[in-house]
Amino acid sequence: MIANVFHWLTNSAHWDDHNGSAGIATQIRTHMSYSLLAVLIALVIALPLGLVIGHTGKGTALVTAANTLRALPTVGVLVLLTVMISPHFHGRTDLGYVLPTEIVLVFLAIPPILSNTYAGVQNVGGATRDAAAAMGMTGTQVLRQVEFPLSLPLIFSGLRSATLQVIATATIASYLPLGGLGRFIYDGLAQQDFPQMIGGGVLVALLALITDLVLGLIQRNVVSRGISGRFSSKTTAIGGAASADIIQAEVATV
Amino acid sequence: MTALPAVAGPTALPRDGAASSSPWHFWAYFNAHLHQDLSWLWDHVWLSALPVVVGLVIALPLGWLARRFSWLYPPMLSISGLLYTIPSIALFVLIPPLFGLKALDPLQVPIALTVYSVALLVRVVADGLASVPEEVVQAATAMGFGPFKRLIKVELPIAVPVISAGLRVATVSNVSLVAVAGTIGLNNLGQLFTTGFQLSSPTAYYPPIVLGIVLCVALALTFDLTIVLTSRLLTPWRRAVQGQ
Repeated sequence: MIANVFHWLTNSAHWDDHNGSAGIATQIRTHMSYSLLAVLIALVIALPLGLVIGHTGKGTALVTAANTLRALPTVGVLVLLTVMISPHFHGRTDLGYVLPTEIVLVFLAIPPILSNTYAGVQNVGGATRDAAAAMGMTGTQVLRQVEFPLSLPLIFSGLRSATLQVIATATIASYLPLGGLGRFIYDGLAQQDFPQMIGGGVLVALLALITDLVLGLIQRNVVSRGISGRFSSKTTAIGGAASADIIQAEVATV
Repeated sequence: MTALPAVAGPTALPRDGAASSSPWHFWAYFNAHLHQDLSWLWDHVWLSALPVVVGLVIALPLGWLARRFSWLYPPMLSISGLLYTIPSIALFVLIPPLFGLKALDPLQVPIALTVYSVALLVRVVADGLASVPEEVVQAATAMGFGPFKRLIKVELPIAVPVISAGLRVATVSNVSLVAVAGTIGLNNLGQLFTTGFQLSSPTAYYPPIVLGIVLCVALALTFDLTIVLTSRLLTPWRRAVQGQ
């Protein structure tokens, strides 16, 4: 079985498009574009919101509400929105399936980014905040130059968790007739072509792992070494204190 | 792209029973297909709960090892993080070749969910044991507790709040993940979504979809409440302190 899967993955005919059916290369691009769009929209909404809620302490109910959404079964919401929206497009375009998928993906990506950004700003010590204010910084300056950089590790862990959930759920969107790497899993299943199905699983897992690795590398370069404690010899990771928040953020890789 | 048919569930239910397709008539749908729905609900219950129980049993010794030998903690954290990175639908289809099962084995979902639970709980158990104050451990040792008795009678009870927080996350996310397994044709509440999707052509037919969402949320909340209450019963001293 493993040899068959390897054979399926390394057959160049499977990578190219032919007769209107998309190959692996096209489906990877489709999968990534759906995911990227959703994460960017979620980031634009959740990051400023989390920063402001953390800075002012107002609107924390919103963070709680966003976290409650996590109890919803993603597949169910995806199907519900699809049957609500897709009939209006009469199957003329993919939009009837893309739109509900993107809505679900955005709502999935908001809670981890929002709650981690909020927790990150909250975790900045009162003494640090007082020192910044005593140096003459205005509220906005404290937020932009002190609280934001200090909360970057948690913001990144939220962003990574959101991205993984989006990549995972974009796979399930192929259960509706939609492109992406899940296509191989569901088509393989329908055709009882198990090398294709398992090969699709391998591709999704690799895409998730590589994306997380890339985001991890970006995080290393963006987060100040004064925060991550990544100095040459003595490393004191901040993991301990923040771990409770991270566990909260690590919900469902749906 | 041509509209490919969704994966057929083993038993596609006819669009009957509940005459209305209104989303609010899910309860009439439930009553009309009571036997089938209850059977899917029961499958969903054990598929969500059992992997967490097995996962905890496996994670307890591993978490203890990670705490006892601190050099084990970073690699265990990396491995569990790596496993948690793999999307569920991918893990479901990768389990059979890795464990030598046939392509659609009834064990593939429980095994995949157990893997996730262990990955989450190893770290939770280690952090929970680390949350036990050092003075308490020393006091227990001074009172004559051996390492094993101290672990069972002192350290684990004090770690209950942290461990139960992890169990809540694992169980609630499992309820959603089991529904994902429904999309590859396995029997659970996810089948209600497949049924609803198939019956929604040419016009939307909401009852099974809404019923599935309602039952999944109710199940997640029930599990959550059960763990919270059990955790309270196991830690009576926390209420005593709060009451003062």
